[in-house]
Amino acid sequence: MTNILEVNNVSKYFGGVKANEDISLNIEQGSIVGLIGPNGSGKTTLFNSIVGTHPIDKGSIKFEGTELSTLLVNEIPPLGLLRTFQQTKIYGQMTCMMNMKISKKTSNNYFSMFEKIPKELDEEAEQILSFVGLYEKRHLRAGELSFGQQKLLELAMALMNEPKMLMLDEPTAGINPTLINGIIDRLIKINDKYKITLFVIEHNMRVVMNLVQHVYCMAHGKLLADGKPEEIKNNKKVIDAYLGAH
Amino acid sequence: MILIQAPFLNLQALLDGLMVGSIFALVAYGMALVWGVMNIINVAQGEYVILGGYITFSIYKLGIPAFYGMPFSFLFLFILGYILYRLIIFRVVDKDMFISILATFGISIVIQQFMNMAFGSQVETALSGLGTIFFFEGNITIALVKVFSFVISILGAIAVIYFMKTSKLGRAIRATAQNPRAARILGVDTEKVYAYTYAINAGICGLAGSLVAMTYTLHPYIGLPYTVRSFMIVIVAGLGNIPGVLASGLGLGAIEEFSAYALGSEYRIGFIFLLLVVILVYRSKKLAKRREYLK
Amino acid sequence: MSDKKEITGLTFLILLGLFSPLVLPNYRVQLSELWIFMVFASTWNIQGGKMGYNSFGNIIFFGLGMYICASTQIAYAFDLAEWTEAGGVKTFVHSTSQYFSSLPLGLILAGLIPALIAGVLGSLLLGLRGHYFAIGTLGLGIAAGEFATSVQIWGGGMGMTVPVWPKVDGKDLEIFGGSMNFFYSLSFLLFVMVFFTLRWLYKTRFGLILTAIRDNEDKAEAMGVPTMRYKVSGWIVSAFFMGIAGGLYGNINGYIEPTEVAFAGATFGVYMVLMTILGGKGTLWGPIIGAIIFQVFKEFFWTYFLGWQSVALGFLIIIIVVFFPEGLMGWLRGKRPEWFGEIVDKNARLAQVKINTND
Repeated sequence: MTNILEVNNVSKYFGGVKANEDISLNIEQGSIVGLIGPNGSGKTTLFNSIVGTHPIDKGSIKFEGTELSTLLVNEIPPLGLLRTFQQTKIYGQMTCMMNMKISKKTSNNYFSMFEKIPKELDEEAEQILSFVGLYEKRHLRAGELSFGQQKLLELAMALMNEPKMLMLDEPTAGINPTLINGIIDRLIKINDKYKITLFVIEHNMRVVMNLVQHVYCMAHGKLLADGKPEEIKNNKKVIDAYLGAH
Repeated sequence: MILIQAPFLNLQALLDGLMVGSIFALVAYGMALVWGVMNIINVAQGEYVILGGYITFSIYKLGIPAFYGMPFSFLFLFILGYILYRLIIFRVVDKDMFISILATFGISIVIQQFMNMAFGSQVETALSGLGTIFFFEGNITIALVKVFSFVISILGAIAVIYFMKTSKLGRAIRATAQNPRAARILGVDTEKVYAYTYAINAGICGLAGSLVAMTYTLHPYIGLPYTVRSFMIVIVAGLGNIPGVLASGLGLGAIEEFSAYALGSEYRIGFIFLLLVVILVYRSKKLAKRREYLK
Repeated sequence: MSDKKEITGLTFLILLGLFSPLVLPNYRVQLSELWIFMVFASTWNIQGGKMGYNSFGNIIFFGLGMYICASTQIAYAFDLAEWTEAGGVKTFVHSTSQYFSSLPLGLILAGLIPALIAGVLGSLLLGLRGHYFAIGTLGLGIAAGEFATSVQIWGGGMGMTVPVWPKVDGKDLEIFGGSMNFFYSLSFLLFVMVFFTLRWLYKTRFGLILTAIRDNEDKAEAMGVPTMRYKVSGWIVSAFFMGIAGGLYGNINGYIEPTEVAFAGATFGVYMVLMTILGGKGTLWGPIIGAIIFQVFKEFFWTYFLGWQSVALGFLIIIIVVFFPEGLMGWLRGKRPEWFGEIVDKNARLAQVKINTND
């Protein structure tokens, strides 16, 4: 199977801090890959590096063959790569429906700015909102949702944009534990039915075990280990990283 | 070009620039204080300066030597700043920054117009009676009052910095600047801290204004250029970078003097504002290369 | 807003526009000003209200438009430098055909050139966020006024006069109802153009993206929105209409002066912000309502303030910004959210998220 994302020897420094050091990983198209590691290991920094939130100091990042590290933040989603945020980012003053409708992918043509929003989008938006369980709240202002609900909205907005690959930063953090199984099912479904590749940062090991097919573990800015979830669970270095060092 | 062929002009401009720049640096430090602690850009900064100047001028008009105006200017503005905080500013501290920009802008208009009506729109100076010294056969003139201002500005800045580092209030202010929530939990009365910070800033402006009155000229409408100068210095130096503020302040003073020689003094004000735009655009373009933006 | 309310509002505005100069003929200048103020507020609202980019610099386009229109009108028939040299002595008089050919040309250029400048300036300045943009445009607005005072061909600090209405046999030409009615109608027409343009614009993707940029610009970028394109386009729209408004105002006022009339940051520049916030920024009708309230207040009560007007303006800013930042429309939105298409369902608010795991 082809690799949809190739990260090669990426390094990112913040002053003297080596947030990412010589990270290399590949994500197979259609797979679900997890990224774990203790706090401060550089996981979100890696995400940020991939989607262009900051430039990288060394290395290359290729999405379907296109080099990402020279692109601007808003040039990457049209290629089919989206990410959600650890601290949710949604359009607070607008209703959930509006948040959804403007997340739809549009052409790059200048005049597409002035097109009316088609009515059919309403249906599509409602469908996806229902899928993540936010249907009843669709007319509320996004800023009024709880943290967990905002996470679901972010996921819904991302789906609206029809990505080929979705990078999720702690998708189950802040979600009511009884609903987490539902989220896992949803994510598996997204991957299976819509063939969306998933790259997920997670702290919840249950989610990792039940969701992902392959795991990368980071610590102190470096890649520590990778393998199947079962192998990683028993990997001594990984255990040490989580329990030791601080 | 004139600048290259006239070393004395250069030196004169440089010296004058450094001396006026010290006042800019003082005012900028005050602005950085309020910005850093309360996240408020005080658009009325310049008006506080000019008002302080008019206080000293009034004292001078009463026949008292202008120097005695300095403590009065500081005190008057300190109290005014405290009152304005308790009446108005406290309501906008936790809101969107644009609200506080507009609110302080409103204050600046009120003070500006009040000064216009109280003191008239002619240009004034409070004469200090200090002489001038001449160097190089009169090619370089240094008004002693400018040296005096320079020294006072530096001393004033040092005094405030020392106060910040050692006094209880000073430490409370610094703690609140770093983390208001934590400070509150540890028992710091953040409202009091904010009020005193704003008052200290006003006082600093008052003192600077007193120096302006003696060294340069006063006019009801030259407040805004001072505000813009402080803003420029703060964004070039960065919040919390005290030596940077001093250096940028002196640098700005020098640049202004040189540009006044090169372009003519009627363009001085326009030049300042244009420089602001240039600095901002340059900064943002540079940051954009790193995919960031000015926060 | 719901259609019925909109139609009521529109009817009111049209009636006001058509009949107010007949009912209050002595106030035709102030009424023209009213429509121009509505243009001020509505266009400022594109940046300040909808997009969250508070601009102190929109006045630049107004001032530029004013000078460009007058210059075009004058240069069409005479030598511009000579005109400004003569400084108000009306030795040059336009013929009727000259006047009515140069005026439309002047107005068009007054719209196009500022729009072009907004495009260029915008690509530099709109990379600045929030308060940096605000203060940057403040600097620009003041710099524009200062530099205009040194442009000799525009009369420098003294300013310049605007072409007079053509006369026939010593009396004003009775065409189009006379100059007062003519310019009043143009002001009203300009506002109507602005209204329907913005109404259409806000219903398209453009309008929605502007609010998205206001709410979370980082998110919009992260979702692939080419934000610069939207920001600059918005400014171009504002600049275009502000420029034409400037051209009209110059003709109504009779003379142009750099810091008090054209680049009048301390008055008009502040008014546009105040009116929009008063009425409710971010909505289509907020700026309109704010402009009406402000102009009425200004005309009726300003004389009582006699000399303290600017002080009163400062106080007004403080009061409105501190106590009524959401403005009238914001207050209305709280009381009657249905009017704005929002549904506040108490049950929906409280309901837990429900994922249907059966499908």
